[in-house]
Amino acid sequence: MILDGKAPTGPIEQSWDKHRFEMKLVNPSNKRKYKILVVGTGLAGASAAASLGELGYNVEAFCYQDSPRRAHSIAAQGGINAAKNYPNDGDSIYRLFYDTIKGGDFRSREADVWRLSQVSNNIIDQCVAQGVPFARDYSGYLDNRSFGGAQVSRTFYARGQTGQQLLLGAYSALSRQIKLGSVKMFPRTEMLDLVVVDGEAKAITIRDLVTGEIRVHTGDAVLLCTGGYVNVFYLSTNAMGCSVTALWKAHRKGAFFANPCYTQIHPTCIPQAGDYQSKLTLMSESLRNDGRIWVPTKKEDCGKPANQIAEGDRDYYLERKYPSFGNLAPRDISSRAAKEQCDEGRGVGPGGRGVYLDFRDSIKRFGENVIRERYGNLFEMYERITDENGYQVPMRIYPAPHYAMGGLWVDYNLMSNLPGLFVLGEANFSVHGANRLGASALMQGLADGYFVIPYTIANYLVQTKPGKVKADHAECRKSIDEVKGTKKKLLSINGNKTVAEFMRELGTMVWNNCGMARSKESLTEAIAKIPAIREEFWKNVKVSGTGGEFNQQLENAGRTADFMEFAELLCRDALHRNESCGGHFRVEYQYEDGEAKRNDADFAYSAAWAFKGVDKEPELHKEPLTFENIHLAVRSYK
Amino acid sequence: MSAHTSEHKTMTLKLIVWRQKGPNEPGRFENYVARNITEHHSFLEMLDVVNEDLIKEGKDPIAFDHDCREGICGTCSTVVNGVPHGGQVRTTLCQLHMRKFKDGDAIYLEPWRARAFPILRDLVVDRGALDRIIQAGGYISCHTGGVPDGNAIPVPKANADYAMDAADCIGCGACVAACPNGAAMLFTGAKVAQFAALPQGQVEAPERVANMMKEMADCGFGNCTNHYECQAACPKGIDVKFIARLNREFLKALFMAKAGTFTPVGE
Repeated sequence: MILDGKAPTGPIEQSWDKHRFEMKLVNPSNKRKYKILVVGTGLAGASAAASLGELGYNVEAFCYQDSPRRAHSIAAQGGINAAKNYPNDGDSIYRLFYDTIKGGDFRSREADVWRLSQVSNNIIDQCVAQGVPFARDYSGYLDNRSFGGAQVSRTFYARGQTGQQLLLGAYSALSRQIKLGSVKMFPRTEMLDLVVVDGEAKAITIRDLVTGEIRVHTGDAVLLCTGGYVNVFYLSTNAMGCSVTALWKAHRKGAFFANPCYTQIHPTCIPQAGDYQSKLTLMSESLRNDGRIWVPTKKEDCGKPANQIAEGDRDYYLERKYPSFGNLAPRDISSRAAKEQCDEGRGVGPGGRGVYLDFRDSIKRFGENVIRERYGNLFEMYERITDENGYQVPMRIYPAPHYAMGGLWVDYNLMSNLPGLFVLGEANFSVHGANRLGASALMQGLADGYFVIPYTIANYLVQTKPGKVKADHAECRKSIDEVKGTKKKLLSINGNKTVAEFMRELGTMVWNNCGMARSKESLTEAIAKIPAIREEFWKNVKVSGTGGEFNQQLENAGRTADFMEFAELLCRDALHRNESCGGHFRVEYQYEDGEAKRNDADFAYSAAWAFKGVDKEPELHKEPLTFENIHLAVRSYK
Repeated sequence: MSAHTSEHKTMTLKLIVWRQKGPNEPGRFENYVARNITEHHSFLEMLDVVNEDLIKEGKDPIAFDHDCREGICGTCSTVVNGVPHGGQVRTTLCQLHMRKFKDGDAIYLEPWRARAFPILRDLVVDRGALDRIIQAGGYISCHTGGVPDGNAIPVPKANADYAMDAADCIGCGACVAACPNGAAMLFTGAKVAQFAALPQGQVEAPERVANMMKEMADCGFGNCTNHYECQAACPKGIDVKFIARLNREFLKALFMAKAGTFTPVGE
């Protein structure tokens, strides 16, 4: 099937304005009759729930955390992009649009990216009005900095905690609506199924994580704002609770999963220290503005203390290979370059999996105080984890899974192929193509929640009758039985291996075979091995306790079971895409200098997969990508 | 995979852990042993190891709250040897590493203890009361859209920095757990001060502080008697000066109410 993204036609500059006018509206007095279920309350979910509540819709919001303020959006450090052009350095909506399309390696939909660039400016205004304490200069005006992949300073920031401050802004707007009664909040609640009635999404089945109660919430539309899936690699920078579960359950009920193989590996994370490690910690890539990345030129120097390696024996490989972007080269390029150095045996630190990020020259130029002022919290964090002082010895960094560009397929209105099911933020596939630029994730989450869904949802709701499905509907009862059955099964296996052991085994294999560099062989091997791990899981997992209580093992078991199925789709998508683009690098497809080799003739499309059964091959649907405004070109950051 | 555990000297630790099945069940301390712990384990990774052993022995693992494990989400919430988050300056429990402990140490683990935080299970408590304080007024009531350009509201840098210092709060509740009165005044003060320092926050300032203070009392939090334990325990180092600001803003609101320039909602 050829999918239609329903992007508006005509001049791109007018596309969103025209579309907004053409969409239908819901009469203000009718809005309260519609109930909207919002799953996940990070940037996308909290901003959507708050904005829809303000408009008068009847909203129910759900999150697995104990408070919506803790969603993992909170961990984003660096900043948020907007095309304000306050520094007068040549920025414009068109340039942000261009940079995002190019940064995504020409694998995203033009109209969606244009809209994102256009509303980016509204986001900054909104957050300032909410009291988000963005950095200011001495005039009292907003300060900007530059970020990886951009040659203009368009990034707004709040110290090293921009995600935290933006989330607290959205959380405050959400809290106001909770108080006013327009949003009902359900924390410590996990969505475990989507209920589809006559082809439309009408309810969700949830588990109360405190009491273990499983019940259905019905509504007129469902918004999934549940983030990304890179915990499929076991070790990632995501929070421990981040999972693919909500997306996977929707996928099993018919929603197409698009481009799962586009995963982002962040270049500036603290390397793994041991096998017991539970997660990886990211340090803002703003560090790359002042830190220089290098490895020893000679392998035999790798064991030496960094400060004893002579200047001439240091290979500043990013500056050497990409002279115009240098240490600020985009994330996929920087990450892969680090892997190459380590693969060549020139990595540093435990296991030889690390490269140096060195502030020596910046400290010499600006003084330690300036560096401390800019990055003090990051140096502190680094020292807490590694016990090393980054001012005295170079930091060690290594890439880690960080963000998922892929997600559920949505049209221009953010609606999936299942009418009534909308997907926002990292959970959808829409704007980042094959690679996301720095400071664009926060922008997308808030764009979708504050400025897109409040318009586009009306277009769907206006043609549905409110309250069509009740909790006693046969599909709802069936869903509850299924969820209960799965939980019961997980508890009854009583095998010999813990959930964490299975997840570590799966994740390590997926990371090795479908991580930063993929090949036909590695992917074929993974696709052959995953079903065996999955089979063993369902025979030999050990989950203690009962379903009717607070049971973190049971929660993790369910999430791991979904990753077991999703991992296979991830590898299948990576195997089918016979090209390298953005975060998807196939070793067979590269130029002689090691750059990713795209294949526009055969792969200029989004791959949207339909679920056909756990042990069956998924069905591929394509949405062709056309570029009318930006000329398809080989991405070069040299 | 990198360093093997065998490369490091390992520690064995004795844990004395609060176990409690549910909010209305009796709780008690139980003893456990943590084996094969290296100095590079984070505190929560040490607990992971203990839990893996417990699961394999067919025993109930210790329930504890955690999520981002990088010190920003504010989920982790355990009192270690009597100190919330374990006592390393400006460090959440998830960022505390085992190099701060010695082989053979005995470590006491307890949940946040405060009237406003019912225990859900073991080390997990319900901090919904902090959300209710924010819902009572911890926001600027601007509608999505219809706001002026970001640079139309200049904010003196000193005020922006002060607001950011206050906004640093991660809402973990360690301040409440550390306070002999179970007060949430550092938490509430930080939010009130953030908005009080910004021009955007002026319009609703008196209502905000009045409503948040009322909610604080309704939730069962105590009052500040200047122990400053909250600041010492705060993983973000939030300054007690924000409690002074809270009191000042509250006093201002009282005077305004007396002068008839503002009526607290609900009166």
